[in-house]
Formats: sequence, C-alpha cells, structure tokens
Amino acid sequence: MTEYVIEAEGLTKRFGDFTAVQGLDMQIQRGQVHGFLGPNGSGKTTAIRMMCGLLDISAGNVRVLGLEIPEYAEEVRDQVGYMTQRFSHYQDMTVRENLMFLADIRGMPRKQRTARVDEVLGEYNLAQITGRLAGDLSGGQKRRLSLAGAVLTQPQLLMLDEPTSEVDPNTRRDMWSRFFRLAAEGTSILVSTHLMDEAERCHRLTILNQGEKVADGTTDELKQRLPQSVVNIHGADVSGLADSLSDDGQILAATQSGLSLRVLVDRNVGDPVGYVRSRVGNQYQLAQIEAAIEDVFVAATMDTSDA
Amino acid sequence: MHSNGILRSASASLRRVMAICVKELIQLRRDRLTFAMVVAIPLIQLLLFGYTINTDVRNVPVAVVDQRDNFFSRQLIEDLQASQVIKVHTHLETPQQATDWVRAGKVSAALIVPRDVEKRFYNDNQEPIAQLVVDGSDTILASALKGLSDFPFDPSQPPSPRQLAKNITVDLLYNPEQRAALFTVPGLLGVILTMTLTMFTAIAIVRERERGNLELLIATPVKTPELMLGKLVPYIGLGLLQVVIILLLGRFFFDLPVVGSPTLLMLCCLLFIFANLGLGLLISTRAPNQLGAMQMAVFILLPSILLSGFMFPYAAMPRFAQHLAEILPMTHFIRLTRGIILRGADFSDLAGDMLFLALFFIGTMIEALKSFRKKLD
Repeated sequence: MTEYVIEAEGLTKRFGDFTAVQGLDMQIQRGQVHGFLGPNGSGKTTAIRMMCGLLDISAGNVRVLGLEIPEYAEEVRDQVGYMTQRFSHYQDMTVRENLMFLADIRGMPRKQRTARVDEVLGEYNLAQITGRLAGDLSGGQKRRLSLAGAVLTQPQLLMLDEPTSEVDPNTRRDMWSRFFRLAAEGTSILVSTHLMDEAERCHRLTILNQGEKVADGTTDELKQRLPQSVVNIHGADVSGLADSLSDDGQILAATQSGLSLRVLVDRNVGDPVGYVRSRVGNQYQLAQIEAAIEDVFVAATMDTSDA
Repeated sequence: MHSNGILRSASASLRRVMAICVKELIQLRRDRLTFAMVVAIPLIQLLLFGYTINTDVRNVPVAVVDQRDNFFSRQLIEDLQASQVIKVHTHLETPQQATDWVRAGKVSAALIVPRDVEKRFYNDNQEPIAQLVVDGSDTILASALKGLSDFPFDPSQPPSPRQLAKNITVDLLYNPEQRAALFTVPGLLGVILTMTLTMFTAIAIVRERERGNLELLIATPVKTPELMLGKLVPYIGLGLLQVVIILLLGRFFFDLPVVGSPTLLMLCCLLFIFANLGLGLLISTRAPNQLGAMQMAVFILLPSILLSGFMFPYAAMPRFAQHLAEILPMTHFIRLTRGIILRGADFSDLAGDMLFLALFFIGTMIEALKSFRKKLD
C-alpha cells in the first residue's frame, strides 16, 4: 500500500502564454482530509483536473494511487470520486435517475445498485426529492447530489472541487463532518476551498497563489512557521488605522474584523505589542494572539504579489 | 481464465453502453420539442412538399389576342386549351397590350393569332401560324410552354393521340401518370432523415460539453466507443420510426406503392440512418458549441437538398456538381429509394450505392472517434 494517494512533482499547466499551475509539488497522505487553499483563479481546479487526467499535463508528473497519470488515468477512475466545481449532473434527469446512471456507468453490481442509491439518498438528505429534476434543485441540493454522486461507489480517493460553494452554513457543517467520517473509514480526500474556517479543519493544507505553491503542511505547522507575530488591536475606531499601518516595512498586513484589527508584524521585531503601540498610541487595547490559518493565508498570498 | 476476463470486461462494456442509451432515452422523453419534431417534421413536410412540389405544368393563365376571330382561329385556341397546359384567362385587342400583361405578371403568356393565320397554315413554307409570348422568368413554366411549339394542329378534326405517334413514341416505364408526389416522397424521406438525425446527433456531444456534463462523464470509466455507441442506438430507433411514419403517410395520402422489396428498402434506410448519425457525431466532436454544430448541419443539409437529385435531375447537373453530389449520402439514398420504391430495383442494381453508405458511416465514425478525446482541453 502506498503511503501517498497523490504525489505531484513539478506539475505544470500552460494555456498558451498563460501558466495556470507552475511546478507544483504535493503529497497527499492516505486517510487524510487535505485542503487545497487559494484565491479564485489560483489554479486549484486546473491542478485537480490534471490529477484526474482530464487535462493534458504541460510538464512534471503526477501519480494517483501509485499510478502514473495520464498513462493509467483509466485504471484509477474506478477508485476516484470526483466532484466538479460546476454542477455537472444532467439537469433534465431526476435525482434518482442521475445516481442510477452513475451507478451503471461506474459498473456497480446490479444487486447492490438500488440499495446503495437509496443509502446515499438518505445520507445526503435527498430522500424527499428523489423525483425532482436536477435542474430544479437549489444550490445546496445540487451540491449534495454531486457529493452523493462522488461517494456512490465508495472510492478510495475523493477529489472535491469547492464542494461547499453556494451552500448554507448548516449544510456546510454537515458536509464537513461527513468528510471526516469518510476519512476515518479510510477514504482520502482532497478538497479545494477558499474559505478559512474550512481550511482550519483540514489535516493538512496546500496553499496555492497565482499557480504556485506558497505554503504546505499541517495547520499547526503552518501557523508555527508563520514569519509574523499577530497583534490584535481592539478599540472604538480601528478602521482608520489599517491604511496607515500597512505601508510600514515591519508590518505585513492589517485586517479589520468587527471592532478589532489583526496586524501581522515581522518576527524580527522583538516586542511586537510594544512596536504596534508605538505606532498607534495608547488609546487601544493591544494583545499578541495565536495565529490563525487566515493569517497564514494572508501572509502567503501577499508575499508573492509583493515580489 | 483469460477468456473469462474478456467476457467480464465485455459485459461491463455492454452495461456502460446500455447506461448511456437509457440516459439518452430519458432525456429524449423529457425533451418534448425534439420528440414532437420526430413526428411533426415528417407529417408537415410530407403534406407540404408532397402536394406543392409539382412539375406537371397545368392551366397556365394566358391572354389571347385573336386578330382573325373566325371559326379557324377559335378552333386553334380551343385545341391549345384542350392540351390542359394553358387556360385562356382573358381576351385582349393588340399584341402590345398582351406583352404589357405578361410584363405586369397578370398572365404567364400571351397567345397572338395573326390576321393571316389560315394563309400561313395552308402555305407549305414552314411559317409559324401563331405566336406565344412567354414569361421566361420561371424556367419550369417556360419549358412546358415551349413544348407547345410541336403541338399538332389539324383544323379538320380534334387532336388525337395517333397524331402524336407520328413523331417519336415516348413510353413511360415507371410512374406512368407522371405524378410528382411519387417522385418527391422517396426524396423527402432522405431530406427528413438528414435534417432530423444529423441535427440531433450533431448537438449530442457538444451539448454535454456546453452544459458541463462532459467533465463528469469523462471522469468515469466509460470509453469513447461506448459513449458513441450509446448515443447512436436510440437515434437508430428514432430514424426507423420516422421511416415507417413517412412510408405510411405516403401510402395514405399519395398512394405511394412500394414496387421493390420492403426488406431491401428498410436495409437501405438503415444504412442511410447510420451514415447520417456518423456524420452528426463527427460534427459534434468538431463543433465548438451547439450553434456551431447546427450551422455545420445546415451546411450539409442544403447541398443534400439541392444537389442530390431531390429537386433537380442529377443527370442535368454540370460535372463538378455531380462529383460533389457523389460524396453526399443523400444522393446515393435518393437513387436507392427511387429505385426500390418506383422501379422495383433489386440488390444487384443497388449494391454500389449501399456500399457507399456503409463506407461513409465507417469513415465518419473513425474520424469521430479520432477527434474525440476524453479530455477537457
């Protein structure tokens, strides 16, 4: 058994002059929920499509479940469940018809078919709407159908491309608890997202920015490795401070959330709280706080745009 | 053991083909417009074209200028009218007036009988006895009226078929009553099949691409030939359904006989259906989107109607147009159906055209399989 379910080395995709993914190195361990984080257009979908064998690879190589892609793409398809970012089930077929079609095309034994389709319909709260046309479903229902389709044949590896977009918070939480249950049962999951709270929950993360990997590791590692300290400014009027702080060489970013401002101060500064106080004055409450994935993300995606 | 594995993979393959078939049928059932087109297009086109496309020119309205106006001239006019080609619409005073009427489009021709008509008739100097001024802008009409120049006229007795026999005997082997509908209906069969089947399959794959379904589909273990086959099979049934509808309607409305073997006719229809589906799939793998696929299908449809012999005789076309027509499945199909339905032709007469359709299908399918990649780029 291979330890890694996906191994990419120097994975590159060029569309004409535009490089969508540049030299991506990435390993995904079996049984983990691996987050693929990045802003819109950072190349997440392109990378996933190459791993699924749906796009030609311009340079580099990728092995999925130990098999080279695209040479063995057909062989791994049975073992990989893929959830597309854009809804890709047939709009003019019902929920049940779509799942039955997938079961047949994926060669599920006939005896199990109906039972298994009923099972996922129940699991993904689709049992009430089995006869509804897929095109008439709400955004959240469509995502649940797509996810049900991806897990239908109980594949070893799931590649989920922004599975929770257009989904309400309750369904989102529900979907994530399913991911962890699946992972606990041995399924490996690559899930792309641009939502910080989702990234926070992953076992490991790869952060992509403008087609290049900018950070990689477990969430704790990433936070520890953050080359900045995080100082929280709390006070009545913090909104005006953000702009005046940002142009400082020691301060990477200042992001407002409610009445607070999170400031990323370079680690070289020995006393970050004192340093920030010297900049903003005494009328604010200051405290050094623990880094969050959002800070990691801001730091990682800013570095390259400054470079 | 090995043969067991082949058997298992063949049955898995068959299941995937079936899955695509069932999916296509479900979608077809929901798509009322397409389904209505399958039945409505044959019905409407058959009635519309069957009754309207008519090359038997009858009762053309004619203005008459009778400058003689006696028993002789009136009999000449009566005899010409008895041919049923022309029908006297009005009497005018001067040849100038008559020409004006033709120019204004009020009549299609003017018959001018000169004052000395009798003298011209009894002189042996081959002088024409009367003049027919014809609106030549409609060539079919004009050529029918030109035929009147050979009209045998004998003032002493009504025209009889025996007089015709003096020139050349013309024996009509098939379609003796020269009913245009019998000539049109087999051609319509081809037009309708080309129109519906090429268009349906032309959008079959490009639609999945446009709607985003293809990304999911190609991420499954389905193989390209299985996908193509699964998409073809439902339309074969649809095409055969159309053939039956058209032939039954043709029999009901136009008393269309089938002189030759019905089995051979169905076999030819099947080959033609395959040829159109292959072409449609090829278009579908090459077209950038559904609109482009439609345009490409129309690009095939128009020459199929104009060059295949459906509207204009193949024999009368210039050489290069004939060569062009030879690569259209429709040209071969028209030969096959007219041969079987009207002339009772048998397999040995038709083998060449049938072979062409079969090869056309194989060729387009190979091309379609080559140009479809299980990739998004």
